[in-house]
Amino acid sequence: MFMFEKALVGSRRYWIWVGFLLGVILFGFHAYVREHELGLMITGLSQDVPWGLDIAQFAFFVGLGASAVVLVLPYYLHNWKAFSKVTVLGEILGMVAVFMAMLFIFVCMGQPWRVLNVLLYPHPNSLIFWDLSVLSGYVLINAVITVTVLSAERDGVAPPRWIKYVILLSIPWAISIHTVTAFIFSGLAGRSYFMTAILAPRFLASAFTSGSALLILLVLLLRRLGVFDVGPEAVPKLTGIVTYCMLVNVFFIVVELFTAFYSRIPEETESFKYLFVGLDGTTNWVPVMWLSILLAVASLVVFLVPRWRTHPRLLPLACAFAFVSVWLEKGFAWIVAGFTPSPLGVVTPYRPTWPEWSVVLGIWALGTLMLTVFYKIAAAVKTTAEAGYVTAITKDAVYPGRVA
Amino acid sequence: MKITRKQFLKLGAGSLVALSGATAVAERAAGDRASPEKSNAASARRQYAMVIDTRKCLQRPGCTQCMEACHQAHNVPYINNPDHKIDWIWKAPFQNVFESYDSPYIQITLKNEPVLVLCNHCDKPPCVRVCPTGATWKRKEDGIVTMDWHRCIGCKYCIVACPYGARSFNFTDPRPYIKHLNPNFPTRHEGVVEKCDFCAERLAGDKPPVCVETCPVKAITFGDVNDPSSDVRKLLGAGLTLRRRPQLGTGPNIYYIV
Repeated sequence: MFMFEKALVGSRRYWIWVGFLLGVILFGFHAYVREHELGLMITGLSQDVPWGLDIAQFAFFVGLGASAVVLVLPYYLHNWKAFSKVTVLGEILGMVAVFMAMLFIFVCMGQPWRVLNVLLYPHPNSLIFWDLSVLSGYVLINAVITVTVLSAERDGVAPPRWIKYVILLSIPWAISIHTVTAFIFSGLAGRSYFMTAILAPRFLASAFTSGSALLILLVLLLRRLGVFDVGPEAVPKLTGIVTYCMLVNVFFIVVELFTAFYSRIPEETESFKYLFVGLDGTTNWVPVMWLSILLAVASLVVFLVPRWRTHPRLLPLACAFAFVSVWLEKGFAWIVAGFTPSPLGVVTPYRPTWPEWSVVLGIWALGTLMLTVFYKIAAAVKTTAEAGYVTAITKDAVYPGRVA
Repeated sequence: MKITRKQFLKLGAGSLVALSGATAVAERAAGDRASPEKSNAASARRQYAMVIDTRKCLQRPGCTQCMEACHQAHNVPYINNPDHKIDWIWKAPFQNVFESYDSPYIQITLKNEPVLVLCNHCDKPPCVRVCPTGATWKRKEDGIVTMDWHRCIGCKYCIVACPYGARSFNFTDPRPYIKHLNPNFPTRHEGVVEKCDFCAERLAGDKPPVCVETCPVKAITFGDVNDPSSDVRKLLGAGLTLRRRPQLGTGPNIYYIV
C-alpha cells in the first residue's frame, strides 16, 4: 500500500538510522508516560506559564508545514521548472511537520484521552476547533497529493487532472493553517504581547524562512548521501526565497519593537524587556533571544553577499543559522513572553524540564523517521521513473481493473 | 462496480472529513442560540455579582477566613508550590490587581495591601469563548460561569485567555492534598482546570456563597445585579466602585469599594 515496500529495502546505514530513531521515539514516549502518571507537574509549566515549549514547538512546526507553499506556489502557479523535482519533498515535509505540530498539541493536554471532545462537542467559537480542522485537512490534502503524484510517476503516466485542483487548494490552505494558528494567540484581550495584528504575517515570514532553510539543508543532505538529486537550479532559487523571507522576518520584529518602545506603553514593552534584557531579575531568556538575533543577522550577511551564498560550505551554515534563529525565537522563547508578566504582574520563570525535552526529542525523532521513510519512497519512485524503464507501459496496462 | 482497496480507503477518508464538517455546522447553529451574549441581552434574567468592600477587608490584615472556608467547601487542594497552587479566591497586592489606579503617592493603606480576587463571572467571558469543547459556559439563568470537569480536556486555553488569572490547572492529582474532604462536593483529578463557581451548589439551596457567609466583617455583598432592589445594586448606586480591567470589555461582575 502507498508504495511502502520501497521503504523496506535499504542499506545497513539506513537500518541503523531507523533503529536509532526508533530508540529515541521510545525514550520520548517513556518520558510522556511518566509526565502523565505524575500529572503535568514535572514539565516545568506553572499556573502563570500554562503553555510552554510544546506549544511553541507546535507553532514552529505548523510554520514548517505551511512553508511547503514556497515550492508549490512557484512550481504550479508560475511553472518554475527548477522546482520540478524538489516540490514533492516540500509537500512531504509539510505533511510531516503538521502531523508533528498536532502531536505537540496532544502531548500538552491534561486529559489526552478526552481530546476527541473537540470533535464530539465542536465549539466553533474556539480557534482550537478551527485549528484542528485545518491542520488535519492539510495533512490529508498533502497526503493525497503526494500519493497521487508519486503513483502516477511510478506508473509512468500523467497524474489525474483533478489533482490539479487539490494542489491549487493546498496553497491558500497552507496560508490558512498558520493564520489560524496565529489567531489562537492574537485574539486574546488580556495578553498584549500576543494581541498584535502582525502576528499572523510574522508567523508566515518566520515559517517561510525556517522552511526554505530546512529544505535547502535537506536537499544538500540528500544529494550528499547520494539518495536523490533535485537538479542544480533548485538550491539557488530557494536561497533567493530564504533571503527575502529572513529580511521580512527581521523587518517584522523591528516593527513590533518600534510600536512597543516608541509608545512606551508598559503592557507592550514589558514582555519584550523580559526577552531582551530581563524583567524583575529573571534573565534566563536573554541569551536565547540575543543568540537568535545574532544568528539571524549572521545568516543574512551570508545570504546577501553573492559570493558567500553560493559557497558550498557557507550556504548550509547560513541555512542552519536561519533555522536555529527562528527555532530559538518562535519555537522556544516567544511563548513565555506572552505570559510574562502574568495578569497579576508576577514574573514566573519557566524552564522546560528534562522529561519535557525528552518528549520534544521523541516527537522530533518520529518526524525525522517519517521524513526518512517518505523521502526514501519518493526518491525511489523518482529515480526509477527517471531511468525510464516504466515510462513505456501504457495506461491500460497499469490500471487493468479500470477499463471494465 | 469493482472497488479497489485503495479507492475504498480514499472514499473513507473523504467521507470522514465531510462528516466532521457537517456536524460542526449543525453544532454551530445550536451554539448560536445558546450564546452567552444573547442570554445577557435579556435583562429579566439574573446576573449574580459581588461587591467587595476593601476598607472593611483591610480592617483585618492577614485574615484568610473566606479563602479557608471556600477551599474547604470545594475540596480545593492545599498545594504549597506556587507554580502548581490552586486558588478559587485569594489575595493579591492592590497595585497588581488595579495597576491602572497605582501611583507613587498612593494611600499608604493600599500600597502593597492585598485585595481579594476571584473569578469575575464576566458578562462576556473570554474563557468560555475559547474553550474548544464547551466544558466551561455561562449559565443563562444566573450568569455564573461554570465548568464541567468531565468534559475538560486540559488544554489550558481558558487559563491563557482569562485576563484575571482566575483559573487554575491541576498539575497533579489533587486528592492527596485535600485537608478535610467535603463529601457533598466533587473532587477533581489531574489534568483539568477549575475555578470559583459562585457556590452554585449553595445557591441552589438558597444559601449565599460561603465566602460571603464566613467573612467576619461582612466585607462581601452578593446579589443579583439585574434586580434594582438588591443589596449589590444599592451599594453600586451609592458611590464609586472599581472593576478589574473593565477596558477589555469582558464586563466583570466583581466590584470593589476602595
